[in-house]
Amino acid sequence: MSVDKETVTKIASLARIAINDDEAEALVPELNNILGWVEQLGEVDCSGVEPMTAVIPNELRMRDDIINADPLTGGGVRDKILANAPDAEAGFFAVPKVIE
Amino acid sequence: MTQKYTVQGATGEFEVVIGLEVHAQISTQSKLFSGSSTEFGAEPNSQVSLIDAAMPGMLPVPNMECMRQAVRTGMALGAQINKYSRFDRKNYFYADLPQGYQISQLYHPIVGEGEIEVTLDEKDPDSATKKIGVERIHVEQDAGKLMHDQHPTMSYVDLNRCGVALMEIVSKPDMTSPREAGAYVKKLRSILRYVGSCDGNMEQGSMRADVNVSVRRPGEELGTRTETKNVNSIRFLMQVVEIEARRQVDLIEDGGEVVQETRLFDPNRMETRSMRSKEDAHDYRYFPDPDLLPVELDDAFLEECRSSLPELPDEKRLRYENELGLTAYNAAVLTAESETSYWFEELLAQSVERTGKSDKDLAKQCANWLLSELFGALNKLGVTLEESPVSPSQGAELLSLVADGTISGKIAKDVFEIMLETKQGAEQIVEEKSLKQVSDTGAIEAAINDIIAANEDKVAQYRGGNERLLGFFVGQTMKAMQGKANPQIVNEILKKILDN
Repeated sequence: MSVDKETVTKIASLARIAINDDEAEALVPELNNILGWVEQLGEVDCSGVEPMTAVIPNELRMRDDIINADPLTGGGVRDKILANAPDAEAGFFAVPKVIE
Repeated sequence: MTQKYTVQGATGEFEVVIGLEVHAQISTQSKLFSGSSTEFGAEPNSQVSLIDAAMPGMLPVPNMECMRQAVRTGMALGAQINKYSRFDRKNYFYADLPQGYQISQLYHPIVGEGEIEVTLDEKDPDSATKKIGVERIHVEQDAGKLMHDQHPTMSYVDLNRCGVALMEIVSKPDMTSPREAGAYVKKLRSILRYVGSCDGNMEQGSMRADVNVSVRRPGEELGTRTETKNVNSIRFLMQVVEIEARRQVDLIEDGGEVVQETRLFDPNRMETRSMRSKEDAHDYRYFPDPDLLPVELDDAFLEECRSSLPELPDEKRLRYENELGLTAYNAAVLTAESETSYWFEELLAQSVERTGKSDKDLAKQCANWLLSELFGALNKLGVTLEESPVSPSQGAELLSLVADGTISGKIAKDVFEIMLETKQGAEQIVEEKSLKQVSDTGAIEAAINDIIAANEDKVAQYRGGNERLLGFFVGQTMKAMQGKANPQIVNEILKKILDN
């Protein structure tokens, strides 16, 4: 698998990363090196081996349905949420108008 | 048989094929991956955690209850439950989604194929039914809300809804008319409310549908479909199918081609229009979310999900018909909404308790009273069953007075009127207004004798063979006793006297 300049430009645009032409040009071989390196994994025969999702056997931890059980991950922190926003008004984030 | 739905074009008929993706908000206290509250209508951004706002380093921890409700919903649709499911990232940029990706389940959804049986004409319980396939149900995050009309150059973003758990219930393209699509959503909504996994409130956006529509000439391959997003009422849904099918037929007949695209419905102008701006956003670059391990459910969990399911509308309807002896129509109306059936069952249980009669003996009376008297009154007041001024227990009090002969059915209607006005109990009203039915044969006989004495001509006619006059005598007796005489006893005594 490899990418060309057009693909790199498209991925950058989908990811909202601004790159100029020269940068796109330079990224093509870099990304292709990475892809080639990852493709080496395909050389390992893992037929009959269950896909592994974690190196250490582990189970998904879930939580009970309780509001703000852990204050660190609960709501009610509007000031903190809005603190880094470039613009906020009346408790809302304010962004340049986006209309369908 | 309902007639087949087609769209008539200038060059012939077209069939319509519809598939629906229903987004149903899972009824939980807290969000899918954070502890913030899901309550509707709070101050903007007051229910947003650092996770929901996608602050760097915050990690999602799934809410077990969301998984449980999705599984219970799947079971209620007779669907395959996947003990192994997984979350994926669906990447797109928009101001309502601070993460830059929605956590969803593309490759391994929690629920697989199931089906919903719909009645095509709800007014007619004997009408044809149709099974609509469900492709899958997956669990995902909702996005935030944008407001465009508060500021001339800015859009306001409220992330309270961001991260709330949704079930996306994807149907197969099994529907062929607006009516079928409407019946499907209605039935699905009813089942969700029975199960308790979604409140089904379409006005508040707890349930909304993406409507996939395509048209084809009979016998041809499937046409290209369009997807109309976020339709938030059953009426709109049926309109979208109609309008979009019409638009596609006209387009094809004018030599055009339907483009696979996302559209929006404008109910004011009664049209759908293209959302061109999102076109390249369709490249979602899905991949497994590395922050989340797979969801693995064990047998004990599934068993709890199954055993906690209530009796579902279809089973309930059959039981009402077969065990309680209700008509198919009454059984269908009573079970269509979970609230109605709970109300009915409460009314019946309390009536059984008060009278000592069997539920089968009382079911018909309870059903008739609920569907005609109570519903009629609620209609007049313009309130829903949940807002009823009369409780099931108060209803049972009234019906028991009829069942044990204390008051007649006719008086019961008057008592009910007074109950609605004064909020008094039936027994108290009957007592205070002395409305008790008179079953005292002496008093009834006395009244009858007076009437016979005053109407000797009619007595002669009756005895001469005009038996229809019995009704006249019953009426006069009831009138003389202000409607309080026990009609059965009046009948008996009248016959005894007149026939002698």
